[in-house]
Amino acid sequence: MTETLVRTESLAKDFSGVYVLNDINVEILKGEIFGIIGENGAGKSTFIKLLNGTHLPSDGRILFDGEEVHLSPTVSKRIGISTIPQEFNLVSHLKAYENIFLGQEFRRQLGLLDRKRMRRRASELMEQLQADVVPDAEVNDLSVAEKQMVEIAKAVAFNSRLLIMDEPTTVLTPIEIGVLFELMRRLKEQGVTIIYISHKLKEVQQICDRVMVLRDGDFISLDPVENLDEHEMANRMVGREMTQIFPEKACPGEEIALEVENLSVPGLLHSVSFSLRKGEILGFAGLGGSGRTELSETIVGIRKKSEGVIRIHGSECDIRSPSDAIAHRIAYLPEDRQGAGILTSFDVTSNITLSSLKQYARLLINRRKEQQKARTYVDSFDIKTTSLRTRLEFLSGGNQQKVSLAKSLDTDPSIFIFDEPTRGIDINAKMQIFRFIRALVDEGISCIFISSELEEVIGVCSRVLVMREGRIAGTLEDEQITEEEIMKLATGVIEGGPQT
Amino acid sequence: MKLLEQVRSSGLGELAKKIEWEKYGPFIALVVLFIVSSFASPYFFQVRNITNILRQISYTGIIALGMTFVIISGGIDLSVGSATALVGALAITVLNYFGGGGLAIAAAILVAVLAGATAGALNGLVITRWRVAPFIVTLGSMSIFRSLTLFLTNAGVMRSTSVQYQQVGMGYFLGLPNPVWIMLILAAVFHVVLFHTRYGRYVCAVGSNERVAAYAAIKTAWIKFYGYVLVGATVGLTSILLSSRMNSIASTNAGSGYELDAIAAVIIGGTSLSGGSGSIVGTLIGAVILGIVNNMLNMMGVSPYLQGTVKGLVIIGAVLIQRGRKGAFQ
Repeated sequence: MTETLVRTESLAKDFSGVYVLNDINVEILKGEIFGIIGENGAGKSTFIKLLNGTHLPSDGRILFDGEEVHLSPTVSKRIGISTIPQEFNLVSHLKAYENIFLGQEFRRQLGLLDRKRMRRRASELMEQLQADVVPDAEVNDLSVAEKQMVEIAKAVAFNSRLLIMDEPTTVLTPIEIGVLFELMRRLKEQGVTIIYISHKLKEVQQICDRVMVLRDGDFISLDPVENLDEHEMANRMVGREMTQIFPEKACPGEEIALEVENLSVPGLLHSVSFSLRKGEILGFAGLGGSGRTELSETIVGIRKKSEGVIRIHGSECDIRSPSDAIAHRIAYLPEDRQGAGILTSFDVTSNITLSSLKQYARLLINRRKEQQKARTYVDSFDIKTTSLRTRLEFLSGGNQQKVSLAKSLDTDPSIFIFDEPTRGIDINAKMQIFRFIRALVDEGISCIFISSELEEVIGVCSRVLVMREGRIAGTLEDEQITEEEIMKLATGVIEGGPQT
Repeated sequence: MKLLEQVRSSGLGELAKKIEWEKYGPFIALVVLFIVSSFASPYFFQVRNITNILRQISYTGIIALGMTFVIISGGIDLSVGSATALVGALAITVLNYFGGGGLAIAAAILVAVLAGATAGALNGLVITRWRVAPFIVTLGSMSIFRSLTLFLTNAGVMRSTSVQYQQVGMGYFLGLPNPVWIMLILAAVFHVVLFHTRYGRYVCAVGSNERVAAYAAIKTAWIKFYGYVLVGATVGLTSILLSSRMNSIASTNAGSGYELDAIAAVIIGGTSLSGGSGSIVGTLIGAVILGIVNNMLNMMGVSPYLQGTVKGLVIIGAVLIQRGRKGAFQ
């Protein structure tokens, strides 16, 4: 455990004169799980890109196993450094084993593929990882967690010594995360060193041996995980004492804002009924694929319902398209930010006004009015951007999310559905978003809050519906809202809600 | 690797980086082409030659203006050339039927624009309603429109019996040929539509990411549909200008290759074939660049058979230059 695998000496990186990483001196030990935490832009990604050879260091050097190395992607691979990227890098119509050996296929004479050997090696790997993936399964048909197993198999197939994982749990359910952690522990026992990057401090605490904190490209601290609690980690990342992460819970009124009755979509939702009170933040918990996103999409008219009634403030509404939803003053913040929320090639202003452009146009668009409105959102949401004309691709995840939020809010909703509003954004932006939601509720807007982060649901909501397999598995209120209760309902360990 | 770093860090690299190629690339190319051409031939800068170039490009230039919307929305229309022939044949039929007078000309123009828009609407309908790829649909309708034209005219030439009709396409107004005026006016209107109306904004949104647009309550199918109607209407105008200049429509070759020129003008003008952004001014510049290249090849006595080669090289080169920053190395 005391042997050093990687040592960096005064490691630094600049992009055209701007330093994004300064003077990093750390030793990563053999067989440890080394956590790196920090806000967006703290230099985490740059650090790992220097280690896997994507970028060349501007200053300093890297020693691998005691020898100085000049890394490039090929060199990294050769000496056993592999990365599991945040976004999967799999060819979806190829089989699992074909992906594992992509570009490094076993061959027989005449250069023909040795499928037999690859299949055998792939099932060996899967066995070693204790993962239940058939080598011949098409990647298309695999679950997100299984895809990740294929990624890991791909990474360890060639005697990996250093495994870099960048936010591996973002797309996983709690159960799948448990499986991943088991796997990481086994790899560790086999002597593999793992660098683990995550926004989820709780997970960092569970799995890591030591944690390095980066802030604005600077090294802040490196401590054994036992010496840090979540609060302390967050403080160090942000650089100041953090007040409470969650604002005080809202007190909803009695009036019913939204009532959903027997909503069904074949194969996805089965007679879902619930009601949302005015000024309430109603939580929706559940595992991935439990139907929370599908439920929201059906309410806002993206999916067609086969049955069911939706009432808004008591009157029945027929919502068949997102524009009907806007007309009924329902706003939806999609879960998939880049794929459904914002246009990365559009600037800040035109993203914010995308859903509400009617307000700004008669025959021609009134650009000044548009800009003024965008300016007020940029100020009140603290959106960090060089200008209103900056394209969204240049904004950080948290700021993109705020733009997406502003876009939905600009349609003047009375009901707002937030689908995973904090996915992949840093703690500061998360706190801000909780406060925005709280402020909306104070203005009388009723909110649905969907999150896979249990602590968020617990911290934000005073009533939580747990979904499982397209049904509402149970409702939890106030003190009943605990991780154990939510997981029981989400996994179906007990039927129905707890006794009250 | 070292060399690349050096080029990047040198002053030249910095300058090249600062220019927004996507935005000003076509304009810079046009200026360079102008300068080169005026040195290459003393006749180039004569008013008559410039007017001539503008007239030559106006037919496909007008279609290219409509095509810009379709391509920005993420589609393509390969049928514009054959549609020009079909609509032109219809227009002349109407013209002859009503006796070829002033009213007959007006009727022919109206029918041409409506018929062109209808042809576009049919493409748009199949593309948006039944979700068939635009390339396939318009490849099919390209064949259908040409075949219908051949059938209607018995593979011959549809001649106008009107004496005044030629005035439409041959006439001048304030020193510029009528087709050039129409192209310029249309460009001004389309520019405003693309950059200052909701429709224009939505076209860019749909082409940029259709799913985001749909979630933002944009009726994406309609937005795409209108694009095909629009390019159809521009086909109608071109068919009038072309048929009146010839006072006929030759069913076998009228409008042939127009799709290539129109799409090329859009692409050279900086609109990305994958959609999302583009500009009308760029398309206009793209059309002029193609016109000047052809003109220069003529004046320098290059075989007309080789003009297609040069055109092809210009198209490929334009895309490579515009990709500039995001080049293959990254």
